[in-house]
Amino acid sequence: MNRLTALLAPTALIAILLGIWEIACRALQVPVYFLAPPSAIGAALAADAPSLVAAAGYTVSNALIALAVASLLAQGLALVVVLSRTLERAVQPITVVLQVTPVIAIAPLVNIWAGTDHPGRAIIALAVIVAFFPIYSGAVTGLKAADPDLMRLFDLYGATPLQRLLRLRAPSAVPFVLEGHKVAAGLAIVGAVVAEFVAGSGKVQGLAWRILDAGYRLQTARMFAALFVLGVMGAVLYTVLQAAERAGLKWWRGR
Amino acid sequence: MPIAALTDVEVDYPRGRALGPFSLSIAAGEIVALVGPSGCGKSTALRLLAGLEAPTRGEVARAPGRGETAVVFQAPTLAPWLSARANAALPLELSGMPKTDAAAQADKALARVGLAGAEAARPAQLSGGMAMRVSLARALVTEPKLLLLDEPFAALDEITRRALADDVLKLWADIRPAIIFVTHNVEEAVYMASRVVVMSAGPGRMVGDIAVAGPLPRPAQFRTTEGFRATAEAVSDALAQGMSGGMAA
Repeated sequence: MNRLTALLAPTALIAILLGIWEIACRALQVPVYFLAPPSAIGAALAADAPSLVAAAGYTVSNALIALAVASLLAQGLALVVVLSRTLERAVQPITVVLQVTPVIAIAPLVNIWAGTDHPGRAIIALAVIVAFFPIYSGAVTGLKAADPDLMRLFDLYGATPLQRLLRLRAPSAVPFVLEGHKVAAGLAIVGAVVAEFVAGSGKVQGLAWRILDAGYRLQTARMFAALFVLGVMGAVLYTVLQAAERAGLKWWRGR
Repeated sequence: MPIAALTDVEVDYPRGRALGPFSLSIAAGEIVALVGPSGCGKSTALRLLAGLEAPTRGEVARAPGRGETAVVFQAPTLAPWLSARANAALPLELSGMPKTDAAAQADKALARVGLAGAEAARPAQLSGGMAMRVSLARALVTEPKLLLLDEPFAALDEITRRALADDVLKLWADIRPAIIFVTHNVEEAVYMASRVVVMSAGPGRMVGDIAVAGPLPRPAQFRTTEGFRATAEAVSDALAQGMSGGMAA
């Protein structure tokens, strides 16, 4: 399949679905508060564009800050943990519990700890919690994935534990860590949005707040407009991270 | 004075005995081939000689110090994130040699295995044979006294493995390390070694220790000589005996 077909096929499908949606809304006279037609959503997008872009900027910047913090914490902890099997075992249940607990369930608690006047802190903290695990688990797996024969060679030439960590285990972990960041970026957005729902977003309003606000007013078209921006934002971030992963792997492998 | 010797070694793993009792003594500059069926403990014997593993019972004596033993594995075992030069320089850098000196030595070792010009290439950009040569260069960069090869050509095509066998013999003529190599291939064993040690099915014991007459490195027509054919037959007979569990004289 060439690039043009790859681009045209999904575009055509989306156009057809939007057409059916528009015609169905008009033909069946669906109330606008129940399901807005694509034309109304387009109009809401155009009218709200400046505030939606600001809201998206707020949400994505929180997600990116959280991704950076989660990246540092997860890789730091992974480096410490692989030095000791006991430590790894000790940390494992905590990381698993953090991963399997729904972020929406811990959000009210984190909200209290962050202080109800600082919803931004709570949002970042919650996004960090969800973005942490994929990076941590990728880093731990990667640090342990070094070629056993290369490990033997390092033994043979009397490598120190630090040489082994920096020159063998850390570089071996690169593909796993890149993959972890790609997954974590999407989760950081999810974490930020869920946290905004629970924590509110202070003076500056994020995308989740836009959706809630429009929902309270039964302005379905504006809800869809905010959802559309959220979807585009997630897709852009995923694409950027995927490109970064490819570039990172190319650098790592040399091709 | 042997450069390395195993005396009545036995290696037990949780799933059972992997090797022994097995004894083997290697003189300096000698080329010994270890042949035997899969799972007979050939690679275990090699790891004992490298000092990478300790025997459950018996003694391992090794004259070479740290950095004087080199191992080449069945796969090239190169770090994908490093260039051919950096891979070959690794043993020197790990022992504390400054980076530029190590790189210069690595370039020499790469030239020796016919890879001048490929120093900056990454393993993913090399063919299987070229990657194996980088692995050989990495082993030779320290000018080892003991070179252990664990089925190094098993994954290569016939033409490449014959070319590499000749290259190894040429390199041996330059540095004269003792070489112990594991192989499944009787012809390769007879062609490359001055002595072929045949092991029985696991746990491996020695069932044959067959000297190979003729000069090293081998002349081009060595494979067609009567001596080559007769030695290969003797090795095959010992192998067949080892498979059936019998002991050769």
